[in-house]
Amino acid sequence: MTAMQKLLQLPVNAVNIVKTVQSQVQGQEEDKSPVLSPDSGQQTWYNALQPDELRHLRSGGSGGGGGGGGGGGDQDERAALEEGGGGGGSFQTQPLRHDDLKEMLDSNKDSLKLEAMKRIVAMIARGKNASDLFPAVVKNVACKNIEVKKLVYVYLVRYAEEQQDLALLSISTFQRGLKDPNQLIRASALRVLSSIRVTIIVPIMMLAIKEAASDMSPYVRKTAAHAIPKLYSLDPEQKDQLIEVIEKLLADKTTLVAGSVVMAFEEVCPERIDLIHKNYRKLCNLLIDVEEWGQVVIINMLTRYARTQFLNPNINESLLEEGSGGDKTFYGSDEDEDEDDDEKEKEKKAEAAAMAKRKPYVMDPDHRLLLRNTKPLLQSRNAAVVMAVAQLYFHLAPKAEVGVIAKALVRLLRSHSEVQFVVLQNVATMTIKRRGMFEPYLKSFYIRSTDPTQIKVLKLEVLTNLANETNISTILREFQTYIKSMDKDFVAATIQAIGRCATNIGEVRDTCLNGLVQLLSNRDELVVAESVVVIKKLLQMQPEKHSDIIKHMAKLTDNIQVPMARASILWLIGEYCEHVPKIAPDVLRKMAKSFTNEEDIVKLQIINLAAKLYLTNSKQTKLLTQYVLNLAKYDQNYDIRDRARFIRQLIVPTEKSGALSKYAKKLFLALKPAPVLESPFKDRDHFQLGSLSHLLNAKAGGYQELPDWPEAAPDPSVRNVEVPEWTKCSSREKRKEKKVEKPFYSDSEGESGPTESADSESDSATASDSRSGSEESGSGSESESEEDSESEEEEEEKKSKKKELKKPVQESESEQSSEEEDRKPEKKSKQQKSDSESESDEDEESESESSPSESEDSESEAEVKKKKKVAESKPPSKPVKKEKKEMSLLDLDDFEPAPSPQVTPVNTLLSNSLVTDLEGLSLSDSVLSPATIAPSSALKNYELLHRITGEGLTVEYCFSRQPFSPDANMVAVQLQFTNNSSSDTKSLHMEDVKLQSGMRVKEFPEIELLPAGETASAVMGIDFCDSTQAANFQLCTHTKKFFVSIQPPVGELMRTVFLTENEFKKEQGQLMGMNEITEKLTLDARCRNEHAIVQRVTAAANLSRVPCGSDKECRFAGRTVTSSSLVLVTVATREEGAAQLTVNCEKMVIGTMLVKDILLALTQ
Amino acid sequence: MCCLLIVIIIINEGINKGFIVAAEMINSLFLISHTGDIFLEKHWKSVISRSVCDYFFEAKEKAGDLENVPPILQTPHHYLISVYRGKLFFLSVVQTEVPPLFVVEFLHRVADTFQDYFGECSETVIKDNVVIVYELLEEMLDNGFPLATESNVLMEMIRPPTILRSVVNTLTGGSNVGEKLPTGQLSIIPWRRAGVKYTNNEAYFDVIEEIDAIVDKSGTTVFAEIQGVVEACVKLSGMPDLTLSFMNPRLLDDVSFHPCVRFKRWEADRVLSFIPPDGNFRLMSYHVSSQNLVAIPVYVKQNISFLETGSCGRLEITIGPKQTMGKTVEALMVTIHMPKSVLSVNLTATQGSYTYDLTTKALIWTIGKLNPQKLPNLRGSLSMQSGVPKPEENPSINLDLKIQQLAISGLKVSRLDMYGEKYKPFKGVKYLTKAGKFQVRT
Repeated sequence: MTAMQKLLQLPVNAVNIVKTVQSQVQGQEEDKSPVLSPDSGQQTWYNALQPDELRHLRSGGSGGGGGGGGGGGDQDERAALEEGGGGGGSFQTQPLRHDDLKEMLDSNKDSLKLEAMKRIVAMIARGKNASDLFPAVVKNVACKNIEVKKLVYVYLVRYAEEQQDLALLSISTFQRGLKDPNQLIRASALRVLSSIRVTIIVPIMMLAIKEAASDMSPYVRKTAAHAIPKLYSLDPEQKDQLIEVIEKLLADKTTLVAGSVVMAFEEVCPERIDLIHKNYRKLCNLLIDVEEWGQVVIINMLTRYARTQFLNPNINESLLEEGSGGDKTFYGSDEDEDEDDDEKEKEKKAEAAAMAKRKPYVMDPDHRLLLRNTKPLLQSRNAAVVMAVAQLYFHLAPKAEVGVIAKALVRLLRSHSEVQFVVLQNVATMTIKRRGMFEPYLKSFYIRSTDPTQIKVLKLEVLTNLANETNISTILREFQTYIKSMDKDFVAATIQAIGRCATNIGEVRDTCLNGLVQLLSNRDELVVAESVVVIKKLLQMQPEKHSDIIKHMAKLTDNIQVPMARASILWLIGEYCEHVPKIAPDVLRKMAKSFTNEEDIVKLQIINLAAKLYLTNSKQTKLLTQYVLNLAKYDQNYDIRDRARFIRQLIVPTEKSGALSKYAKKLFLALKPAPVLESPFKDRDHFQLGSLSHLLNAKAGGYQELPDWPEAAPDPSVRNVEVPEWTKCSSREKRKEKKVEKPFYSDSEGESGPTESADSESDSATASDSRSGSEESGSGSESESEEDSESEEEEEEKKSKKKELKKPVQESESEQSSEEEDRKPEKKSKQQKSDSESESDEDEESESESSPSESEDSESEAEVKKKKKVAESKPPSKPVKKEKKEMSLLDLDDFEPAPSPQVTPVNTLLSNSLVTDLEGLSLSDSVLSPATIAPSSALKNYELLHRITGEGLTVEYCFSRQPFSPDANMVAVQLQFTNNSSSDTKSLHMEDVKLQSGMRVKEFPEIELLPAGETASAVMGIDFCDSTQAANFQLCTHTKKFFVSIQPPVGELMRTVFLTENEFKKEQGQLMGMNEITEKLTLDARCRNEHAIVQRVTAAANLSRVPCGSDKECRFAGRTVTSSSLVLVTVATREEGAAQLTVNCEKMVIGTMLVKDILLALTQ
Repeated sequence: MCCLLIVIIIINEGINKGFIVAAEMINSLFLISHTGDIFLEKHWKSVISRSVCDYFFEAKEKAGDLENVPPILQTPHHYLISVYRGKLFFLSVVQTEVPPLFVVEFLHRVADTFQDYFGECSETVIKDNVVIVYELLEEMLDNGFPLATESNVLMEMIRPPTILRSVVNTLTGGSNVGEKLPTGQLSIIPWRRAGVKYTNNEAYFDVIEEIDAIVDKSGTTVFAEIQGVVEACVKLSGMPDLTLSFMNPRLLDDVSFHPCVRFKRWEADRVLSFIPPDGNFRLMSYHVSSQNLVAIPVYVKQNISFLETGSCGRLEITIGPKQTMGKTVEALMVTIHMPKSVLSVNLTATQGSYTYDLTTKALIWTIGKLNPQKLPNLRGSLSMQSGVPKPEENPSINLDLKIQQLAISGLKVSRLDMYGEKYKPFKGVKYLTKAGKFQVRT
């Protein structure tokens, strides 16, 4: 049948070969030929899609008499017609059809192009060759119609590899696409560019990837991560450069990027585990918000990571098991759920003596973090995620905690049969190691007659593994049902399962044996045969008790024809011929008779039986043996002939026979150890569960071994995320050192930009929700995940910790839990850093802690604001002090130096968050006296609401250029309300904010009362997402609503940043090429001195001056507020007011607009 | 055996030499009809000849039953991972280590997406929409790694066909590819598209429970459990934030959620808090705690026997109500897979009708509503192939049934609240109990 099948397959294969070997023409013929393409019905499908105009186009060629025609759709017909009615076969018709596609592609009508592309894509989908259309298609790559474009991309990706030269024609289009302001176009350009497997463009791809890796859009960055493995497989030489990109992307904090970059990491440099250290905690905390597929990849990678970095949590297993019943929960540090502390203490004391021998195991808090943050994912709807978490727990969790995965895995058994198949394989492996885990779910593995056989067999395997003294009777009862199944393969597997239960559980051995013996009278031969084989194995364990069974089996030789069973019986009789002295020779007699008709394995056993009988009972069997050996001597099979010769020499003593014959008895009748019936899943767990290799029980290509636990834990401090030095410095007032440390920040942190994470819509949910406490949180992302990451009791614990932290730091440290014991020496040595250290030591808190602390901040701010309303402005020093106390709890994400224009060196040294917090406070304090916040250069006021339209209410706004304290990604807009009318205005607030996607607004607090003639001001924050899109909203009073909008000049979308000259040059060097925009200009007459230039530039854009050695140049630097991309501006002056303006910015759109604005400012 | 060994050696050598195995998750996908016709192929990397499918065909031949084709196959250079859905095989080719469930789950997701797009996932429908299918596959995987798998997002990029649209398209030459650029990927919530607008804002939730049970010959329950799902159809404008709470959430033992559900809220308050995707989706699935006894709604009295002589057998089945909580059992259906030796059946049904498929040997008795006053009964004789020994086992009986307006576990939705939007939505909850894998052994 198989041969037949292959024969049937042949045409397809043969055609494939032909296609590659022969010329294209013939390949096309294959496309065309109705004989070779199995379903010509497809052509009717084409017809259905053909627009009318197309038909007209075609009918032009008609006229000649119908020649071949009739093949199927009008395709053939037409082709034949155009040919002029000649009897030409499909050979010539083919090119014509493609001609017509080409014609359509060349037409001016998008609809025709689209139609052609659709047909071509359909051809590709069916596996037909459409490569000869390449030139015609590639021309359309720049087509304006997005639908056509998409299909052209599809085509390119498929055929570019084959037509490299022509493919190069399309590259420039993608390069242009890479600079498009629309992130989706950038992303898709990169996607297609990187999918074109043409080696020559490797450098271009490299450049594009690097650029995209620092794109402001996380979606583009995700695409960049996807492109990395593509480039790597195209040119492995690029590995080092790619690793740099991966390193950069790993630092990305958006969930969108995380999964993709870890995938790239796994494929390019899985051995570079060191790259993970710094990102470990972040990945753990982000995990729940990453998309499902990314979760799988990250979890698998983290499993491997944990195996190299943490200690085996079950290391003291043996020690414990002698103690208190193997319950090891008390190890799990204070974080273990549902643990009674007192009991723990007692247990600890009791075990103290035992434990004293060894160093007590203390779980690394990072290890705990991983376990805790993956656990909720067991509830995922995605089976792959559940499996990934399950294997993580299996390989990493303390024994007592592994149990949680059982329920989730059992749930997966309800899923599709393929999912069941994979899950059952893994459960089978798990049940060998951890039987107890699945015992409560025994019944979930019961078999239904409707299950596919492969599932049945696997379930059987699990049931067998789960069998023990207590449940064996239930299981055997189930097995009894299974034995009657119609599915004979399954019955055979059941019999084997019974055999295994019998060997493993002594109590039921006899019951099983009896049951199996009953099966010997089954009508189905397969069942009987399988039973014989299993009985044989069982009997070997205690043969003397069961001679009657052996007798019974001897009788079966008359009936059973299955060779394996016959062979088994013969072996049994031979082995235990002393127990059946009378029957054995008789069996041999019968066998001798039928010898020539037996299968080979049976023949071998007959010889075996003969030899054994000859040795024990030569009187009765000598002749028979001779006879059998003679038959064997002339057998067709050389194995049998050899065996006969060998045995004859061994057992029949002759003068020539060697020394061996003396030992013949020992050789043949030695006591043989009983076989062990083992599960085929034994020892499979050395493969990482859930992997392909585990499933196949063979190493698959690219499989990463799961490393063994290390003997001693590597330094856990590598995972500490750099704690900003400012904490230390500002608290110790070492301000002078700051300048030296500065570059360190901007290099290591600035570029990868922690704030970058918050640069787009998708992040706004992650990063900012927790901050803007009053806002309705948009989604269940970060703010949630952070909470998720902590068990409830821990939260309480944390609260108490927080309180402690407010006390002097040392005190809180002394109260640290035992988990930190091993690090204490190290800590003491670094007492200077103590507060920063202690924070990062507390497992995940370095990251997730930030949010509670932040919300606290905003609370405290709110408080301040309330107080302000009572018109009690506090002296600014007071809140500052308060902040300092909590400094160690501040969010590190925002750690980014961002001095405001007037900022003194002192300020630049403080972290951004501190600065913002300070200023946030001062802002709210000084709302009543706006003069205090006016920056050095006069701010330009814009009108929001005119007196007339506002019916007496005037609103002006200016960009205060202060960091907006509740959210560093927002631009602070100061509004000044003046009530020019004669009546009071009440409850001034904003409503109905309409924003471009991604933008966010933090509303100003409602102004309850604005008396007539009074002026009030308020501050609101807008995250413009680095775009100059307007924020529209309604300004409401108690009576009226006004539609207003705020549109920022590009210069206000940035904040100042302090750079040294060297840093400036370095950064500028990295922002060359497309990121650099240069314009020549003639300076305005009034603006030819340095001072004027600086003033005008800083007025146009919120930039700070960078010191410069040359007086011919003025340099300015800033960062965009949302994505914190660097913006560098250089104005080089020449003679006669000529000057050159250079703007370097990653965001080309921003750069272009900024050039225009500054140009205007300098020339007018 | 020899071949296998060689294969392994080759692979190992490959690793030792450190040559780079093309790195991607899923290399190619072939769609194969149950008859063995490869009718669509898509490659995300270099093209792999469709001759790899020969290994699959071989295994398929060997397995006999389509359900028994091993989902994972090893060939000399590739691994084949396949799923069987809607009489189609989705066969993917991978070259390196990859979690098999990852691929399996993804392939099912592809099939689900086709279902969402075309209403069904079948050969004809895929052939009819080959371009859309191809574009979908292009979007769903990038370099073999899943890119966009949420149909909410996909539908924005590639519009599903509708009858109206296809008419318009043929007239105007438009197509189903989105003209506007999608924003979905970039919306705050990856599973919900932005700017949803409805004139009628509605949210419907169906609580559907299935009883899985094995009942033995004597009528005692060997094993029974309840699995449930909450299916949602949410058509709400804007960004609604919903909270669904249950009267008795403690009933739920094991749950799994759509990614939109805030797990933390569930942990803390046992309520489902979520911003829903637009349209139909499965909000959660759950398992009812095994401490609760499962009510079995019907009992089956059966007697199937094959006579040793005369090559015939007898069959009698009666079904009656057991624990129906006062509701009517509907859509009752009995399926029996007869042994191969049963040639034909001659039965009379007091209610409903029966069919016997000679090739699959499946006896299907469609009953309909269960009338407690007059119990449905099916009886008659089976004629067997002569000369063949009587079957060892009696076939087991599979039951299908439905009970409207009842969640057999007693689960009740107490309220649905909406935050974040001002309009008043129309809310509805429906309960349904079905038989899942309900089997009576005979």
